[in-house]
Amino acid sequence: MLEKKKLELEAKANEIRKLTIQMIGELGTGHIGGALSLCEVLSVLYFDTLNIDPQNAKMEDRDRFVLSKGHGGPALYATLALKGFLPMEELKTLNRPNTKLPSHCDMRLTNGIDMSTGSLGQGFSAACGMAVAAKLDRKDLYIYSVIGDGESQEGQIWEAAMLAGSRQLDNFIAFTDYNKMQLDGYIEQVNGLEPLNKKWEAFGWHVQSVDGHNVEQIQHAIDNAKKIKGKPSMILLDTIKGMGGYFCENLVASHNMNITEDMWKKAVNLLEKEEM
Amino acid sequence: MVKEDRWLRETYVDLLIEAAKEDERIVILEADLMKAAGTARFMEAYPERTINVGIAEANMISVAAGMSAMGKIPFTHTFTPFATRRACDQVTLSVAYAGLNVKLMGSDPGVTAELNGGTHMSMEDVSIMRNIPGMVIYEPVDSAQLKSIFPQILEHNGPVYIRLLRRNAEQVFSENDSFTLGKGFRIKEGKGVSIFATGIMVADAMEAAKELETMGIDAEVINIHTIKPLDEELVLESAKKTGAVVTAENHNIIGALGSAVSEYLGENYPVPVKRVGVMDHFGEVGFTDFLKEKYGLTKEAIVKAAVEVIERKR
Repeated sequence: MLEKKKLELEAKANEIRKLTIQMIGELGTGHIGGALSLCEVLSVLYFDTLNIDPQNAKMEDRDRFVLSKGHGGPALYATLALKGFLPMEELKTLNRPNTKLPSHCDMRLTNGIDMSTGSLGQGFSAACGMAVAAKLDRKDLYIYSVIGDGESQEGQIWEAAMLAGSRQLDNFIAFTDYNKMQLDGYIEQVNGLEPLNKKWEAFGWHVQSVDGHNVEQIQHAIDNAKKIKGKPSMILLDTIKGMGGYFCENLVASHNMNITEDMWKKAVNLLEKEEM
Repeated sequence: MVKEDRWLRETYVDLLIEAAKEDERIVILEADLMKAAGTARFMEAYPERTINVGIAEANMISVAAGMSAMGKIPFTHTFTPFATRRACDQVTLSVAYAGLNVKLMGSDPGVTAELNGGTHMSMEDVSIMRNIPGMVIYEPVDSAQLKSIFPQILEHNGPVYIRLLRRNAEQVFSENDSFTLGKGFRIKEGKGVSIFATGIMVADAMEAAKELETMGIDAEVINIHTIKPLDEELVLESAKKTGAVVTAENHNIIGALGSAVSEYLGENYPVPVKRVGVMDHFGEVGFTDFLKEKYGLTKEAIVKAAVEVIERKR
């Protein structure tokens, strides 16, 4: 990756992170932890990978993105606003009455959202269905999806994983936001996933593990995934829940927490200083 | 009354194959019940457009939703309990909440699950589906009606639950009858009592009307094939005329046709109502005739209910 591109994607990730902290902060509560662990993968997807056009959001042969861990919505809204799908000022409406930006992604409300998600496991199946449909029509496009690590405890994830492997959906590239935490505690203490890479391999997937906060590694993994024929791809993102928020980083309590004005403003300030 | 020669599912599959010829968007999704649904013929015609996900109904519904989001018109096939109670959250969120156009066929409703018994016998499927905003619920009576309604299901841009009897239906209608999705069908005019029936109970309702006639009661028989949205206009018109209502369905009396009619009349034009259906218990193994008798899904039960509501009217 060119240094210039890398810096651009890092800058976008930081923008996404600051906007996400501000959105949830202004509201005073929300799923901050699992949103902040997504910023780098969203930056790479929306500012490098996806064939999409904000001027033509419903473009027929666009790539699709399904945020199956729908509670990461705020980070995706920040990304969509930066990409030009939403006016920036709309971010201030998060979860306010009559908003088009609800906690969990809603394709009927929000421009640029390809699938409604929130009940865990279902978005991933729907993404799998999109990949089946694209194959059927021999369309030259990719379906991307991010699932959560906690979400991977849902049986439906593995039903879809089995189908995608069995149908050799090499147009399907998925990510696990592996931040090792869920609402009730550490994943490994609640209901462990390990060995996660072997599980995906056993289901017929090509598996890569990368630093989920390194845009270069993520982009490289996507390039690799596109070269794999006859298998869907899982990219395990080693991430930190609450990444970049001084008050929530690496905290189990960050799944859904209350945030004061001082907290979010200080967090955004700190991120701005890091940029300099 | 005579049974049709062919199983109703064969008519359904004919219609699907015919429609798929004209409309490339049609695909079918299966969860290892193709032999029960009779859709193997569709697969022979359109192997690529047949997606068998294996025994994973929840996944099937969400996969169908994803295919719909890509412009397909998916028809999913499984037994009624698995299409509804098993995949309830997927039907609710992946399909209905997301506003996607998936047609959900459930076969072997209620007692017609026969020897598959209690585990496969849905007495609650319509009640589950009725609580999902935007869901259309259609229960065919016979092949003539299914042929008339099927193109309308296809044309409707949104989810439709098709509660399909697998085997031979009683032949109630002729190919000259014409039906509208969302509109009831008056089979027999009458002034003494309204009988609203759906699915396999329509034939019993007609028999009951004959018997009531010998007792000097002029019953009106209406088939409510679309349980949601309910044809409120027709329900009201008939109730105003007769002042006494009986509903008959192969389903728990809680939550489906009987509830829909009672709720509507209770709020708008209260008249005596009696619901004929399964009295809130699970199913069990047995052939249809045995189970209908056991659960009181009979002509006799409808006659008794009619006499009762007429009595209450006085």
